[in-house]
Amino acid sequence: MRKKSSIGGKIFMALIFLFLYAPIFVLIVFSFNKAKSRTQWTGFTFDWYKELFSDSSIMNALYTTLAVSIIAALVATVVGTITAVGLSKMSRRWRSPLLTINNIPVMNAEIVTGVSLCLLFVFLGSFLKFNLGFGTLLIAHITFDIPYVILSVMPKIHQMDNNLMDAAQDLGCTWFQAFRKVMIPEIMPGIVNGMIIAFTMSIDDFVISYFTAGSRVETLSMRIYSMTRKQISPKINAISTLLFVSVLVLLVIINVRQSRQEAKAKELERKLVNK
Amino acid sequence: MKKIIAVVLVLSLLCLPTLSGCGSSSGSAGEVNVYNWGEYIDESLFELFEEQTGIKVNYQTYPNNESMYSTLKTGGASYDVIFPSDYMVSRLIQEDMLEKINFDNVPNFELVDDVFKSPDYDPTSEYSVPYTWGTVGLIYNSDMIDEEITSWSALFNPDYSGQILMFDNSRDAFGIALKYLGYSQNTTDENELNEAYELLESQKPILQAYVMDQIFSKLESGEAAIGPYYAGDYLTMKETNPALKFVIPDEGSNLFYDAMCIPKGAENKENAEKFINFMCSTEACIANMDVTGYASVNREAWEEYSADLSEEDKNVMYPSDEVIERCDVFINLPQEILDKYDEMWISLKSS
Amino acid sequence: MRTKFLAVPYVVWMAIFVVAPIILVVIYAFTTADGSFTLGNFSNMLDYLSVFGRSFYLAFISTVICILIGYPIAYILSKQGARFQRAVIMLFMLPMWMNFLLRTYSWMSILENTGLLNRFLNFIGLPSISIINTQAAVVIGMVYNFLPFMILPIYSVIVKIDRSLIEAAQDLGGNSVAVFRRVLFPLSLPGIISGITMVFVPAVSTFVISQLLGGGKQMLLGDLIEMQFLGSAYNPHLGSAIALVMMIVVTIFMYIINKFGDGEEQAVML
Repeated sequence: MRKKSSIGGKIFMALIFLFLYAPIFVLIVFSFNKAKSRTQWTGFTFDWYKELFSDSSIMNALYTTLAVSIIAALVATVVGTITAVGLSKMSRRWRSPLLTINNIPVMNAEIVTGVSLCLLFVFLGSFLKFNLGFGTLLIAHITFDIPYVILSVMPKIHQMDNNLMDAAQDLGCTWFQAFRKVMIPEIMPGIVNGMIIAFTMSIDDFVISYFTAGSRVETLSMRIYSMTRKQISPKINAISTLLFVSVLVLLVIINVRQSRQEAKAKELERKLVNK
Repeated sequence: MKKIIAVVLVLSLLCLPTLSGCGSSSGSAGEVNVYNWGEYIDESLFELFEEQTGIKVNYQTYPNNESMYSTLKTGGASYDVIFPSDYMVSRLIQEDMLEKINFDNVPNFELVDDVFKSPDYDPTSEYSVPYTWGTVGLIYNSDMIDEEITSWSALFNPDYSGQILMFDNSRDAFGIALKYLGYSQNTTDENELNEAYELLESQKPILQAYVMDQIFSKLESGEAAIGPYYAGDYLTMKETNPALKFVIPDEGSNLFYDAMCIPKGAENKENAEKFINFMCSTEACIANMDVTGYASVNREAWEEYSADLSEEDKNVMYPSDEVIERCDVFINLPQEILDKYDEMWISLKSS
Repeated sequence: MRTKFLAVPYVVWMAIFVVAPIILVVIYAFTTADGSFTLGNFSNMLDYLSVFGRSFYLAFISTVICILIGYPIAYILSKQGARFQRAVIMLFMLPMWMNFLLRTYSWMSILENTGLLNRFLNFIGLPSISIINTQAAVVIGMVYNFLPFMILPIYSVIVKIDRSLIEAAQDLGGNSVAVFRRVLFPLSLPGIISGITMVFVPAVSTFVISQLLGGGKQMLLGDLIEMQFLGSAYNPHLGSAIALVMMIVVTIFMYIINKFGDGEEQAVML
């Protein structure tokens, strides 16, 4: 059964996309606006893009944002995947409460996570003599990234046939070899998804960074927040447009690859069945 | 998939060296963490300062005195130079949150006009170096408002419903209400405060928004017609929208002094003093006046800068004694009154 | 079996960076500035009941709107071809790559009295509407920002529903209303419930949206908490108490989810 959706449905979906993309469209368009105004169109220019690269505070914020997001997403992916494997082997009695705790940063209001981490870092900092900075920012991001990786890897582990690992080990693989050659490829889609989600969450985060970054480092979001108090420079529109487009490209590549792989898998399956 | 991970890894590795390059370690002379009001300095001066001293400036901003105070209290973040206003300087001194400044490292303090030395908020003049001063007034769009405004009453006039902006901080908002009612801005009389509260509550329905620096774009674009703000910022707004006018209402207003201070436990105290010294230099003061529109306390700089100003701008930046006479300077209030302010403010904003 | 010990490092990490901070919040909530025990922070909160009321009210409205929009979208989407589905899901995620603050700020440009929407309306001969700085603007901001978090979980549940169940119900004579009410809706309930949490929690605690689109006149819980920590009224103890109460509400939500769902959360999916 594959009933094509009605015209009404299509229009509805188009309207929702209009709603979702209108502000983004506005932002991108006004990154090419001559004047600083965010509602009056006065002419086309590339100046903001040129000026962007000489604005050290925005560039620093960009580096901080990218570094934090990338490192946090990578660490979270590795730790999250390993933890998910470990958790899957635990008895339910242990796993359930641990997963509930794991859910806290996902389900909790961001502001509570931010505030509570801020209290912790200040508390620890007064003993261990450190200040809020890149380190605390990174720890905060890793902390809220890991749960997303675990949540996206766990289902893939559950879907996997448990005997595969045993079989590989019976055939002489060490546990690690089996893990690398058998398990990782099986759960790869979950890992990649988890990493993408973690990266997305990190790069889009404002609230938690705001409470944990301290005086020395500033993420793009924090920079933008201090600008929203007055007027956002079109340079910010420009940098966001660049980020947006590069992510779009990256996502398209991943997507195309995924569907290609799936097509291949299907092909293979069909051949096998036909035999 | 492996390739993607590899690409991401390479990207991150590429980022790391640049990061450590632009992170904490650049320059041998260390760094200075500056925490200032938004739009209150010529940011290009940082480069000049870095060139001259090799000290890297980390710069962050706050929207008002109270949130700066909260950030200091919360701890964790360490700032070396802050820019509190008069009453906040007193409060910080009183709560032992400031370092004494070593004036040997601030030779440019000499350039500060004597009028501004040893102010009431820092009687011993050990904790602060004056930065700028100015007044709060009403800014309105003469294209949208026909009458000549001379009183705070315009902010409470239903004719301008939906066009009015108001300060988004308790001290300034209540200060205006108190002045309009004919009371002192530093009153500790609860009845007077309650009256001011009722006035502000009655204003809320005709208000467009509570704003701080957002007032710039809202007044410039004609989104709103009238709002109270700082004189210096008026000059900045006028450049974009010449229809804007500025007035210090007859009832009187607020006169403020902002100062540079070093918070207790600052990690780079000497660099902070160098920074403060740099900001007192005539060159920096002129650059700042040009960008911010606030009058500098450096006599030489003011004389040089004001030579090119129109009479009107000069009066806005450097009001006459007659105007100053009408104005109050905020003083630090006792804790129970501050609590009362917080309570009334939250209840006003959430009503 | 040694595999399970792989989880140990993260369990330690969670203890330090997830559990300990929350314990700190609890300690702060029950103490005064000089460290003595008090319940005063909670009784002080009674003054702010209106803020609680408004936050929950606006978050509730936003959540309902998100369901009303998100469910049909998820359903329509689930009936499309696999490729199309994947592309559309990506399109729902994509806005999240434009900074959240910027997107909200952009709504300000659109909704303002002299903003783009009104200029468009005037252009086609319609009168201006005034939305900015009202509760409606805050709700629009919330729905806009959190809608994808409603669509994705519902979609991921609907798409897994066995089509033959629906066909069977239809064969047995159920009309479309009955099929929806008796089969489709109950089966997609877990998705709806996790969608509700993913929308309601951030909506109740936001402080940026209300500041930018509400004109500072619509104070929400998030604003109140932010004010206590980094804003004008410095009182982290009161802030912690408010945060704690909010957290308890969230916990109740999670409890409900664990009852309906499988006990293991699988809400977030690309």
